[in-house]
Amino acid sequence: MDTIIQGKAYVLGKNIDTDQIIPAEHLVYSLSNPEEVKLYGKYALSGVPTEQGGLPQGNIPFVEEGNFTSPYTIIVAGPNFGCGSSREHAPFALKVAGAKAIIAESYARIFYRNCVDGGFVIPYETTKPLNKSILTGDELSLDMEKNTLTNLTQNVTYELRPLGDVVNIVQAGGIFEYARKNNLMASSQEA
Amino acid sequence: MAQTITQKIFARAANRKFVDPGQSVWLNVDVLLTHDVCGPPTFDIFKQEFGPDAKVWDPEKVVVLPDHYIFTANEHAHRNIDLLRKFAAEQHLPNYYDVGTDRYKGVCHVALAEEGFNLPGTVLFGTDSHTCTSGAFGMFGSGIGNTDAAFILGTGKLWEKVPDSMKFTFEGQMPEYLTAKDLILQILGDIGTDGATYRAMEFDGEAVFSLPMDERMTLCNMAIEAGGMNGIIAVDAVTEAFVKARTSKPYEIFTSDPDAQYHSMYRYNVEKLEPVVAQPHSPDNRATVRSVAGTPITKSYIGSCTGGKITDFRLAAKILKGKKVAVTTNIVPATVHVAAQLASETYEGQTLQEIFESAGCNIALPSCAACLGGPSDTVGRSVDNDVVVSTTNRNFPGRMGSKNAGVYLASPLTAAASAVTGKLTDPRDFL
Repeated sequence: MDTIIQGKAYVLGKNIDTDQIIPAEHLVYSLSNPEEVKLYGKYALSGVPTEQGGLPQGNIPFVEEGNFTSPYTIIVAGPNFGCGSSREHAPFALKVAGAKAIIAESYARIFYRNCVDGGFVIPYETTKPLNKSILTGDELSLDMEKNTLTNLTQNVTYELRPLGDVVNIVQAGGIFEYARKNNLMASSQEA
Repeated sequence: MAQTITQKIFARAANRKFVDPGQSVWLNVDVLLTHDVCGPPTFDIFKQEFGPDAKVWDPEKVVVLPDHYIFTANEHAHRNIDLLRKFAAEQHLPNYYDVGTDRYKGVCHVALAEEGFNLPGTVLFGTDSHTCTSGAFGMFGSGIGNTDAAFILGTGKLWEKVPDSMKFTFEGQMPEYLTAKDLILQILGDIGTDGATYRAMEFDGEAVFSLPMDERMTLCNMAIEAGGMNGIIAVDAVTEAFVKARTSKPYEIFTSDPDAQYHSMYRYNVEKLEPVVAQPHSPDNRATVRSVAGTPITKSYIGSCTGGKITDFRLAAKILKGKKVAVTTNIVPATVHVAAQLASETYEGQTLQEIFESAGCNIALPSCAACLGGPSDTVGRSVDNDVVVSTTNRNFPGRMGSKNAGVYLASPLTAAASAVTGKLTDPRDFL
């Protein structure tokens, strides 16, 4: 996988729960039928109150009305991103919309597991709040080897927390790929 | 080496003598729960990864309880039920509770308890964040996503990090105006929506053990609202009587060692606590009901895995008996069993159902309904600038439907008292 992810920032506040990431009424679409899958992109982050989307200015939608993908690649948020329900549709919707990574102060457990084990988006943690200094639309470059985030627009680089134990699952692209590579699917059945 | 109850359950499921918090272990799973929203994508991933003809690891251990989008005209929702039905037939799953049949139960976390699937000492994973509800039975229950659930379907195992435990002790005698909901909202206000992330929340103390099982379930249910991996309450005679009345399956009882290590400990005296709500738009935005009394509301909602169990309705009936509601009030029993109890249980000479009907409440069919908004035709779904007082578990923006609505999470006593006046009202005004 690429070790550098570059793209535009979309900035959010704290406690972005899964109902804001993908409102419950949209959970009825298939996650495998390509035509229906597009709808998850269309409605990604559509539950965020309008004035709280695309900070600091606000009122910037993640996905423009009528579109199915987002111009933003990296989501920057405060603490407890992905709290709430267990719906894997949430990181799935972000991926379908075109997001590749999230940079948040912290994550809720189930959302974090879903990101990693499903191989949807890469969940990095910051060592200090970044959602006040990075602006929506800034061009960012995430270096997964060095664990750094560079704001190319503002010419400043931040240290990120290393992914730790899960880096191998992230690099494999999900728990199934990881388990096959490491013969865990066989051994987990034997033990 | 001293361990908490959660550590001991992990150790048993990992075939070890003890486990350390922070260590990742492979757990043998006793039950996997899924429902109509997350079941179909889980089955897709299972077939994609294990092959189109793969069989689940143990059909007896897979419990499929459709409950989210049941009473709706939404065709995609109907298709999800069809997909559950097809998979259950292909895999010969004995524990599938089909919609439109007399096997249909309703809200999965409550039905699991009623049907005897909650067994002390066991490990339950479910594709629903409120799977932690089952921790009330001295077992481990936790929510997961579809990919992890598909992995379990094929292998019967999942890796999990052993959580640190936090202990919450409630001392004193429960006053009649206080419920389990007030206790958990109290905790949430103190520790916040990420105050227990990746940790076990252990509930203890004489007030907790004075509660019936469904109230204990309410406490554990909202562990996830603090980010907790699980909520847990030790087994006592009340737990054992409940379990033995529903199943003859064997189980093992674990208790925390007196010198077990905790991340943190909190103590409360329930006699000094007051009825509280969580104000919009977060479950940790606590206020005493008295401090916000008089706030106008447009709807009252009594239902869900958190607040739609029989004790919730007994409490609401005490207040609604002989009264009229001033705002639209939806009574949504969690399960078919609870609905039957509404029709059979009496309070001062009237059935609970009669009390609610005479008060002008709308009684809906058992399902998750508007707790999470749901399709546009869902009973009780919030619209426009609704202000809802609700016995459910979440009030993030848009949770019950409209992004512009505000939801006050409250006990069934507070929801009933507020329904009568049309304003947030402390239940002590009626008791």
